[in-house]
Amino acid sequence: MIEATLDFLSAYSTLIALVGVNALLALSVWVTLYAGQLTLGNAAFMAVGAYVAALLERHLGTPFPLALACGAAVAALVAVPLGLTVFRLRGVYLAIATLAFGEVLRVILLATPITGGGQGLNGIPPTTELWHIYLSLAVVAYVLWRVQGATVGRAWAAVREDEIAAASQGIAVRRYKLAAFVAGALVAGWAGGLSAHITFSIEPNDFAFGKAVQILVFAVVGGIPNPLGPIFGAALFTALPELLRPLRDYRDIFQGLVLLAVIIYLPRGLVTVSQLRRTRRLQQIGAADVA
Amino acid sequence: MRGCPGAPRRRALRPRDTGGGCGEGARACDPPTPGQDPRHAGGTRRLVLEQLYNAIFIGSIYALFAVGFALVFSVLDILNLAHPTVFMLGAFAALFAIGTLGLPWYVAVPFAVVASGLFGIALDRIAFAPLRRRGAPPLSAMISSLAVTLIVVRLVELRYGGDFITFPSGTVPSFLIRIGDATLEGVRLAIILLAVGLMAGLTFLVRQTQLGRDIRALAENPRAARILGVDVERAIAATFFISSALGGLAGVLLGFAYNSVDSKMGLPLELRAFTVMVVGGMGSLPGAVVGAYVLGLGEVASLVYLPAELRDAFAFGLLFLVLIVRPTGLFGQRATDRA
Repeated sequence: MIEATLDFLSAYSTLIALVGVNALLALSVWVTLYAGQLTLGNAAFMAVGAYVAALLERHLGTPFPLALACGAAVAALVAVPLGLTVFRLRGVYLAIATLAFGEVLRVILLATPITGGGQGLNGIPPTTELWHIYLSLAVVAYVLWRVQGATVGRAWAAVREDEIAAASQGIAVRRYKLAAFVAGALVAGWAGGLSAHITFSIEPNDFAFGKAVQILVFAVVGGIPNPLGPIFGAALFTALPELLRPLRDYRDIFQGLVLLAVIIYLPRGLVTVSQLRRTRRLQQIGAADVA
Repeated sequence: MRGCPGAPRRRALRPRDTGGGCGEGARACDPPTPGQDPRHAGGTRRLVLEQLYNAIFIGSIYALFAVGFALVFSVLDILNLAHPTVFMLGAFAALFAIGTLGLPWYVAVPFAVVASGLFGIALDRIAFAPLRRRGAPPLSAMISSLAVTLIVVRLVELRYGGDFITFPSGTVPSFLIRIGDATLEGVRLAIILLAVGLMAGLTFLVRQTQLGRDIRALAENPRAARILGVDVERAIAATFFISSALGGLAGVLLGFAYNSVDSKMGLPLELRAFTVMVVGGMGSLPGAVVGAYVLGLGEVASLVYLPAELRDAFAFGLLFLVLIVRPTGLFGQRATDRA
């Protein structure tokens, strides 16, 4: 039994690691979505974390945990001026602006010699262990779970529901939005550092538009009502391609159908399966759904 | 899913696209290098003229693509991420008509346009109508259109594979025109004229016809439009038909111009369409046209003056800058919080 479990772990360790990293990324976008802000910059923050960690190790010999922390910190630092600049935009504009930031960063990475240009960085030591990922995930998930009930979490929920009402209640809307954005960047940067030490090499195109949208899909399909949703979503959509391997050629089609079904029939995400009837009721009486 | 590890990389428009009106492999024409030209001044002028011509050609393709994208956004507030798929499908419909059915190109083009338009209506029924009925937020529509993209791109790849495909030789019109010293490809000139004509036609349709009035009423306020007797579902279907027909046509024309079609050909246009819309003002149709030509000119200029790695920098730098400095774009009237 134990042997079978170990066999499973070693055969699928990369997949399990990817599930964990993707869950962290999904949580990073969850934070901003929970505060009602649609941002698509998390792939870029992931890139910042990955590149900073890998470069510090390579050139300064920084130990692994410190390099990861620096990567996450730099991502958060970048998020501050960016957030101050883009948070006068809302909805689709905000999404496009953060997306544009990601593309600008990608072009910079492509053109800078120290980041290896289009070749990217190769030979990054595979230092990340499964427990690193899952410990991080547990910590982040726990913190975010607790945050929901705390002042910050309530402020985020208030901003999401109605910015003007929130402001009139004395909530510093801009500050809380920025806090969500920076927290998301921190988590994404950390996840980027972890993932760089799984995949051996990183290149700018790993963090392009497609990645940003993928992260968003994890979170939205999983569900925004609580932090379990993004973890579910990431697990499902990372594992699905593997589980569907027998279907091979039809994998993408099936994935697309699942995505379509979830977004149409479970608008609040997978975590709300049990509340399906209540959701229907809310829709009938015309209450708008979250995200 | 796009961007998954192992998925094919997103490509920018290929550099030869702006290399002086010379399609690779299809025809041989002298490369416009000023150094090889004995009349150097004339060569430089020729180069500039040819680059300008290319910029207008690229801008026309962007305009056809982005106008459809902007139309759906302005009417329904949806960012239709399946628009690049419609673009690709248009090109493949033409390939099917020419390669499999053996039709001449002048029949294949309308065939592809109608097929794309009908696909647009189907797209709405499948991916957007169920969400609209329950008043789901725009984010949901983005994701459902992404799901359709996944499915359709894969279906096309199952039939045609993931590589570049050329049209059967001799089936795509090809001729050269000389204006002064410059040699211009006739197909590109035809594309430019067609694009300009269609923009004018669309403007007339939206401003002057009953259908256009219905669509504008819908864009303004769907509930009020319904109360005032506008057949909202019909107006939405028309919007998707027009948007997708234009998008599909852009795909056919780009396929003809490069004599190459592939399942991922729409992707480079997706982010560019964002740029075009933001520069012109979200949801503004004249804005999208102007934005498209601005982007086309800027890209060709940056190809001439910037290193190749920075090819994409112009489009996204411009996008970011406009959002920061003037989020309403050139022709945007509504405030930044319209979302």
